[in-house]
Amino acid sequence: MRALRKTVLALVMAGILAFSTCAFAIEKLVQIDGSSTVYPITEAIAEEFQKVYKDIKVTVGISGTGGGFKRFVRGETDINNASRPIKASEIEACQANGIEFIELPVAFDALAVVVNKENDRVDYLTVAELKKIWEPEAQGKSLKWSDIRPGWPDKPITLFGPGVDSGTFDYFTEAIVGESGKSRGDYVASEDDNVLVQGVSQDKYALGYFGLAYYLENQDLLKAVPIKVGDKEPVPPTPENVENGTYQPLSRPLFIYVSLKSAERDEVVKFVEFYLQNAADLVQEVGYVPLPKRAYELALERFNKRITGSIFGGHGATVGVSIEEILEKEKEL
Amino acid sequence: MKRGLQTDALLVGKRRREKVFLVLAASALLFSLVILFALIIDAFLDGLPRLNIKFLTSFPSRRPEEAGILPAMVGSIYVTTLTILFAVPLGIGGAIYLEVYAPKNRVSSLIETSIATLGGVPSIIYGMLGLELFARALQLGRSLLTGALTLALLVLPIIIVAARESLRAIPQSLWEAALALGATRWQALRDQVLPVAFPGILTGIILTVSRAIGEAAPLIMIGALTYVAFLPDSILSPFTTLPIQIFNWVSRPQKAFHANAAAGIIVLLAITLTLNALSIFLRSRLEKRSSSKAF
Repeated sequence: MRALRKTVLALVMAGILAFSTCAFAIEKLVQIDGSSTVYPITEAIAEEFQKVYKDIKVTVGISGTGGGFKRFVRGETDINNASRPIKASEIEACQANGIEFIELPVAFDALAVVVNKENDRVDYLTVAELKKIWEPEAQGKSLKWSDIRPGWPDKPITLFGPGVDSGTFDYFTEAIVGESGKSRGDYVASEDDNVLVQGVSQDKYALGYFGLAYYLENQDLLKAVPIKVGDKEPVPPTPENVENGTYQPLSRPLFIYVSLKSAERDEVVKFVEFYLQNAADLVQEVGYVPLPKRAYELALERFNKRITGSIFGGHGATVGVSIEEILEKEKEL
Repeated sequence: MKRGLQTDALLVGKRRREKVFLVLAASALLFSLVILFALIIDAFLDGLPRLNIKFLTSFPSRRPEEAGILPAMVGSIYVTTLTILFAVPLGIGGAIYLEVYAPKNRVSSLIETSIATLGGVPSIIYGMLGLELFARALQLGRSLLTGALTLALLVLPIIIVAARESLRAIPQSLWEAALALGATRWQALRDQVLPVAFPGILTGIILTVSRAIGEAAPLIMIGALTYVAFLPDSILSPFTTLPIQIFNWVSRPQKAFHANAAAGIIVLLAITLTLNALSIFLRSRLEKRSSSKAF
């Protein structure tokens, strides 16, 4: 009995202890969520930011671009990481909840189309060939490599790609099939890009696509397929080709969306300023392609003037935006 | 003579079947043990080089060699402690009511079936409930409190079932003796039955701790999959836990992060084992004491 009483007492004490530490003080907290592609950049910024501003706390979640916007439009987060521009439906949800946002480009990324290391026949793919493989009409058809180009192996293509909640999926379908979200559904889908890397590296006749960073870290396991547009030379996915705008149509800008209401808070302002001032160096370090310096200056100007709305007009994933075009669009405002 | 031979043959056949069954059972055990050890050895090979004091006391970082597990470790300990605080009193209370006070009728058997069913509901469903109820409706946000309440709901059926089993295992004579001496049901429960049943209840709590500390899915659902480079300073703070930090590192492109994940797995294993060992030690001490006292 004494043992029981002691245990109960200990539990109660522990409870009181836990609750006494429960300070309801208003903290300086910046809450961020959204794309897993943008996450490494924002995480790097948050890490450096918190070394300078020790009293401000920053959390960065990974819910996917769309999942993050669902929270952003409810006012649950201050900033949303996005690997594609905001969609019309998401803008409407913002308006319905009285949320206004400032759209800021922060980096460039590319999608890599990859095959197995041992697949030495595939030298490049055209956008039309990729479309034939991935369009919804291909659903259920067991496409062989020889169906894509004569002379290629008479073996079925095993397909790997990201799940439908991912901005990468939206962007790829927009760029290749022609409409965001339109894709065949009978492929191995995973939100975890390492699963896709493993899948393609273990199947000689596999084809997959995901963010460039995952290819660059796994070049010993995979082979990237150069992409050919029209009569131009096939272009392999390299940071240089992303930066000079020749790797098309699978290069894409990455964004952060800042809630206008949150931008009234000092800690959010400090964080966004720090972001745009330090992005150029940190973006490169975590394996993405930085925008030109001028683009960050223009983005900071846009933030300081609190210019709201999207320069993409709610179109969602937008294909073929070069760094120059982003600059021009920034200047117009 | 003929009959004797037959019995012999029957016996031989029986023994053979017995042997076959033994081999089957042993290989089933061996199979799971081999897999378990393969996983543990794999994690140790990958993770041990990364495991040092700096890893345990650092915050997460974009640089894998600088990244540490401190907020996840502290978060896991906080969430698990809070979960136990919420779930144990509720669970034991519910078990006592169902076992001692509740009339045996349709309603109580409906409740019993529900509890048994709840124990088998996938944990992600609890995550969805926690997100809508605690994080959104009750406005607790994505806090330690939301996480602990969600996990408390998840483990409640385990505690109730374990507590009921151990209450039921108490000999009826103990009850009868106490009641015959004029004790009320509450007095008999408090002074005689609960102390004897407590070691069994503790087993349920051990199971709960292991379950709560290893859960990731419901916490990811309530939005705890997050870069958190600070320690929670109130129960309304954002948090992260070990399984979530491991999940985060595993999904990184850089291999060095995968080594961090393996090191995180070792830490998680160590904490789970320590907590279990502590509970088992407590239980055996209590068992000795209560058995010497009650009988």
